[in-house]
Amino acid sequence: MKILIADDNASDRLLLSKIISKQGHEIIAAENGKEAIDSYVKYSPDIILMDVLMPEVDGMEAAKEIKRIAGEDLVPIIFLTSLVDAQSLANCLASGGDDFLTKPYNFIILKAKIDAFVRMKKMHATLQKQRDTISANNQHMMHEQHVAKAVFDNVAHSGCLDSVNIKYMLSPLAVFNGDVLLAARKPSGGMHVFLGDFTGHGLPAAIGAMPMAEIFYGMTAKGFALRDILREINSKLKSILPVGFFCCAAVVDLSFTKRSISMWMGGVPDCYLLSNQGTELKSIRSHHLPLGVLSSAQFDDEMTEHSMEVDDRLYMWSDGIVEARDSEGNMYGEERLLEVFNQKTPPDSLFEAVKDSVNAFVGESERDDDTTIIELSMVDESELEQSALVEEKVRVTGPSDWQLEYELGVDSLKHFNPLPLMMHIMMEVPALRSMGGQLFTIVAELFSNSFEHGILKLDSALKSTPAGFAEFYALREQRVQELESGFIKIKMKHASESGRSGVFSLSIEDSGEGFDYRNKVNKNQQNMNAESTGANKFSGRGIPLIYSLCHSLEYQGCGNEVVAEIHWPQKILAE
Amino acid sequence: MGVQANIDNSGKELTIKVDGRFDFSAHQEFRDAYESISEDLNSYVVDLGNTSYLDSSALGMLLLLRDHAGGDNATIKIVKCNDDVRKILTISNFEQLFTIL
Repeated sequence: MKILIADDNASDRLLLSKIISKQGHEIIAAENGKEAIDSYVKYSPDIILMDVLMPEVDGMEAAKEIKRIAGEDLVPIIFLTSLVDAQSLANCLASGGDDFLTKPYNFIILKAKIDAFVRMKKMHATLQKQRDTISANNQHMMHEQHVAKAVFDNVAHSGCLDSVNIKYMLSPLAVFNGDVLLAARKPSGGMHVFLGDFTGHGLPAAIGAMPMAEIFYGMTAKGFALRDILREINSKLKSILPVGFFCCAAVVDLSFTKRSISMWMGGVPDCYLLSNQGTELKSIRSHHLPLGVLSSAQFDDEMTEHSMEVDDRLYMWSDGIVEARDSEGNMYGEERLLEVFNQKTPPDSLFEAVKDSVNAFVGESERDDDTTIIELSMVDESELEQSALVEEKVRVTGPSDWQLEYELGVDSLKHFNPLPLMMHIMMEVPALRSMGGQLFTIVAELFSNSFEHGILKLDSALKSTPAGFAEFYALREQRVQELESGFIKIKMKHASESGRSGVFSLSIEDSGEGFDYRNKVNKNQQNMNAESTGANKFSGRGIPLIYSLCHSLEYQGCGNEVVAEIHWPQKILAE
Repeated sequence: MGVQANIDNSGKELTIKVDGRFDFSAHQEFRDAYESISEDLNSYVVDLGNTSYLDSSALGMLLLLRDHAGGDNATIKIVKCNDDVRKILTISNFEQLFTIL
């Protein structure tokens, strides 16, 4: 340690210097207060021993000045004094000194004091360093969060939220918000709206929101049905989020032409549908588990339908609204929310009324959850800004006139499932995307018919009893293992009439022996027409089901080739 | 707030009791309650009789317990919920994953 000794008495100075340098410290000497200040600036000593009474600048003045220069750094100053009255000693400390030592010196005490200040000095330095590190880290983190938030906001609170039929409020709890609000126009008209609430807040919540928003916007723009989008989001979240993290959501498919909405709700509070000039209020309850909880196989994409006339309004919120707390910790609660709705507020100002009511309740107290609310009104589609641009883009980017032939040999048949690939190819056609579920059923049924009956020569009659069902699949497994020859040839073709209508045809041919389709298919058709529950209901090549989904279905050759045609736009089926 | 865990006489069923607010602050205690058990359990009971409030992180913790107990094969009963707690479980449709009594 460097120790500055300031004393105008040369012999005292010399004595102290000797003693202290013997203790292993480096000594800097000063003859008066002014020199002491200069030496401090020049050598930055660790501890200062200072005589109180000195010429030029006295010890107390010098102490004040040195402390001022030192700022946040700790420079212990020990006053050397022959004064013994309490007031003088107190004055030493008041002027900025840290301790005093009365003359004549007791060297044991002097050493103890220096050692104590060395310890304090080291502790202070550690603290200062840690504080600076924390402060630098915090600054760095805040900067990163701001940048990330800018990206997040672009992704998570975007789309067509500024449409005339939408009013919304988002209030971030931290920099990041666990709530997500997305809205996008569908290429075919209509709108998808998504209100999500991730478990937790901040960064973990925001990370899940990013891929979710990407899927939502990407698939909506490509014309996928909302059910497919939800399935995709669920499986994505399930695979990326740790167990125990999930996203509660209320999701709406709004049709301006049908004047209706389809809703899927998982884990969110009841939504309200206000109709008939604000005189009728219906609450819509969540029926599903939140997104990211169930596996794809267990996920339920069932949606509920509700009709909505022009000027009807749908209100959705995250649980933060209901659970908002006032300064005493009381929750806002559903009753207060309902009260606002029952006050006969004109529908036009209801959203503001709800907002005001929540804000007034919470007051200045800290919000402990994210509070998001959205009002969605039914309007005439012509009132919305044209989304023609989106439509045009999709139309030109999709392939419309193409065909392909794909033949699977025996090895591929044993180890490879071609359905995802086939779906992928079909889903490149914008107009086919909204029929994804239906197309999948057709392709899957026809392909498994060819494979199980044509190639593996399994008899579907086995499947008519529960025991036979199990046997069927055991046998299937065995025959796949033993399979030595065979092929399946898949042909797909799409043609479109200037983008307004089109025909997709699918042909599947197998190397099997075929079957007597003339009899069987006819029988099936009769069954269908009579809506009978004939013997072939649970088996028999699933043909009745496929018939109902295709424009036409024909067997050819010896029954080893089937051709299905699907036309779009589809006639709307009476429900 | 406190979490207590007890194994019944058969040694097969663990009862976890959560008092007060069941939220993130109970996270570590709740996990310890079942992770520290070395016995071979076949069922779990979560007793929410003295739970005043449940938030979404508690729902997450229940899912973690379910995962620990074998996921889809887990047998977990949630018992003695008060009306508020039951409502939160119902909104999230947890009756599809747990037996709520």
